[in-house]
Amino acid sequence: MRPIIELEGIAKRYRLGRIGATSIRDSIDRTWHRVHGKSSDGRLAKADFWALRDLSFAVNRGEMVGVIGQNGAGKSTLLKILSRITEPTRGEAVLRGRPASLLEVGTGFHPDLSGRENIFLNGAILGMRRHEIRAKFDEIVAFAEVEEFIDTPVKRYSSGMYVRLAFAVAAHLEPEILLVDEVLAVGDAAFQKKCLGKMGEVAREGRTILFVSHNMASILALCERVVLLKKGKLLGNGPTQEVVRDYLKSTIEEEIVDLEQRSDRKGDGSARLLSCKVESVDSGHFVSSSSRMKFTLAYKSDRPLRHVRFLVTIYDYNNTGIYLFDSDAVGGIPEKLPAEGVVTCATDPINLTPGRCYINLALFRGTAMADHVEQATSFDVEADEFYQTGRMPPREWVLCLLQHQWSLQEGPP
Amino acid sequence: MHDVMTTGQESDFEIRIRPNQGWLRIDLRALWEFRDLLALLVRRDLVARYQQTALGPAWAIVQPLAMTLVFTLVFGKLAGISTDRLPPVLFYLCGLLVWNYHAQTFQLTGGTFTSNVELFGKVYFPRLIVPFAVALSNLIAFVIEAAIFAIFWCYYKFFTAAGAQFGTDARLLLAPLVLLQVAAVSVGAGLIVASCTAKYRDLRHALPLIVQVWLYLTPVIYPLSKVPARWQWAMALNPLAPPVEMMRFLLLGRGEVNAGQYFCSSALAAFLFLAGVMIFQRTERTFIDTV
Repeated sequence: MRPIIELEGIAKRYRLGRIGATSIRDSIDRTWHRVHGKSSDGRLAKADFWALRDLSFAVNRGEMVGVIGQNGAGKSTLLKILSRITEPTRGEAVLRGRPASLLEVGTGFHPDLSGRENIFLNGAILGMRRHEIRAKFDEIVAFAEVEEFIDTPVKRYSSGMYVRLAFAVAAHLEPEILLVDEVLAVGDAAFQKKCLGKMGEVAREGRTILFVSHNMASILALCERVVLLKKGKLLGNGPTQEVVRDYLKSTIEEEIVDLEQRSDRKGDGSARLLSCKVESVDSGHFVSSSSRMKFTLAYKSDRPLRHVRFLVTIYDYNNTGIYLFDSDAVGGIPEKLPAEGVVTCATDPINLTPGRCYINLALFRGTAMADHVEQATSFDVEADEFYQTGRMPPREWVLCLLQHQWSLQEGPP
Repeated sequence: MHDVMTTGQESDFEIRIRPNQGWLRIDLRALWEFRDLLALLVRRDLVARYQQTALGPAWAIVQPLAMTLVFTLVFGKLAGISTDRLPPVLFYLCGLLVWNYHAQTFQLTGGTFTSNVELFGKVYFPRLIVPFAVALSNLIAFVIEAAIFAIFWCYYKFFTAAGAQFGTDARLLLAPLVLLQVAAVSVGAGLIVASCTAKYRDLRHALPLIVQVWLYLTPVIYPLSKVPARWQWAMALNPLAPPVEMMRFLLLGRGEVNAGQYFCSSALAAFLFLAGVMIFQRTERTFIDTV
C-alpha cells in the first residue's frame, strides 16, 4: 500500500523583503530603485529565507507521527503546507486521504452565535458535512460538558467552556488524516488529559495523525515515530524514543555557549569567561516555571586567582533585572582558585512566568572587573503545572509566580 | 495548487500539493463539498450584521427610505433632475434597490482577505465560499427593500393619479436575471479589489471613494436618457448602468436601454466575474505569507 502522506523535496521560501503587505507607494519606490540599480531601504537586499529545504518523508496509513524541532525549525510551515493554507515553493506532497487540520481550536467561532450554531459552523469550516455533525452533536456537547448552555451565545461562556467546546468539535472530526499543531496547550490539566486520551483513541481507530508539539511527554505518550526538523531540514526520522533522545542530547550540547568569540566584552581581561551552559536540573533541556536551574561557567586566566566573584544576572526582554546570583553574597567559591576551571551555580525553583530571559555574566577579582559579557545567552521558560491547575498568568502581566492560597471567610465582613 | 482526483481502490481521492500553476484552477468539486459551509456562513453574516443593532433587519428599511428622502429633496426638488416622469420616490427606490445590493456586496467582498486573515491562516476551505456567502446574505436585505418598494409601488399605482404613468407585466419575471448580472459585477469587482488589497493595504481606503464615484456614474439619481447622446457609449462601459436602467424598465415600464449597450454590459459582467475569480484564486494560494 502506498503511504498516505508523501512529501518529496518540499521547500518553502519566504521573501523577507516582501513580508507584510505594502503600500502602492512603497512598491513604486522599490521598483524605481531596482530599475536604477540600488536598494531603497535595504529591504530588497535581504536574502530570502528558506523555512523548509528539500523535505522528503512518508507516513503510512494508521501511523501517529510526531514532528519535533526547536523554534524556527519549520514545523508550523510544514503543517501550513500540508493543510493547504499556503503552497510550497518547490516540491510536491501527496495526501491519499481526506485531511483535516487543527492548527487552532475554535477557528471561525462567532461570539454572537449560540454554542449549537457554532458547533455546526466550526464543523463545516473544518470540513464536516451537516449530517455528520448532526450525528455527532450529542457526543460533542457531552464531551465539552456544556449541555445547559448550548443555546447561549458563546460570548457568555467562560474561557474554559469555550475551549472545551472548540476542542470537542475538533476531536470528533473523522478525517483520514489529522494534522495537529500545539492545540493541546490550552485548557486545564484535566481537560488536556481528556484530549490526549481522545487523540490516542483516534489513532487506535486507524486514522493517521501528524502531531506537532514541544511537549516531549505527550510526544512520547502518543507517537510511535518522530520526525525531527532543524532549520528546515530533516534531521531524524525514526522510533520516538531514539529520536527524542537524540534531540534532547543535541539541544543540550548546543546549550554550551562559547563566549571566546565575543569581542563586545568589558573588563580588564586578567581573567576570561570561556563558556556558559544553562540547564534545568529536573527536566534536562526544558526550563519551566518550577524548574531548578544550573549555570555552569568555564573561566581561564594566566595565573591562579584570589578573591574571585562570579555574577549571573537574569533579565527580561525589557532589560529589567529579575535575579542576581552573586557568589560573594552567598559564598561557596573558595578564596583561591586555579588558573583555569569550571564553577556551577544551582538555584531553587525559578518561579517565572513563561517567556524569554537573558543572562549577563561577570567575573570580578576583588573590586576590579576582569570580564563582563552582556546577553551571554538566553533561555525560554515554558509553562508547567506550577499551580497544579494548568493555568498561570502570562509574561505580559507579571514576571514572577508565588504559591498562595485563597479561602472564604464565613460570616458577614 | 491542489487537484483532487479519483484513484484506485486505496482511497476515494488524492490531493496533490505543489507550487503555483495556472490561472484557471477552480476546484468546483471542493466548492460543492463545502456547500453546507456556504449556508452556515450566510447565517453567520446575517447574525453578525444584525445581532447587536437596536433595529436589527429594520436597517434594511431605514437606509433606502432615508436615501430616497434625501434624493427627492436634493436632486428632485432642489436640483430639479428629471425622474423620467415617474413619481420621484419610486424612481429613486428602484435605482437604490439595485445600487444598494451592489454597493454592499462590492464593499464586503472587497474585504474578503483583510477581514478573514485569522480564519484563512488557520484552516483550509475553498476561499471563494466566503465572497459567495456575502453575495447570498445580501439577498436578504435586497428582499426586504424589494418589499418596501412593492408597498410604495401599490400605493402610487392604485391611490394616486400618477398610477397611469407606470406599470409592469410578465417582464417582471426577468428581474432575477438582471440581479444575477449585478451580482456578477459586484462579486467580480469585489474579488479584484480583495486581491489587490491583499498586497496593497492602502487600497482599502480607496474603496469608499470608488463606491461613491461609481454611484454618480450610474443612473440611480438620473435616468439614462438624460445622458447626452455622445456620451451614451461611455455608459455601456459602466457594467452597472444598463442593469439599473433595465430594472427600472422591468419594474416601472420606463427606461431606455438599447440592445448594444445591454449586450456590452452583460459581456463586461461575465468578464469581470471570471477575471475576479481567477485573480482571487491566484492570490489566495500564498496570501497568508504576506500577512
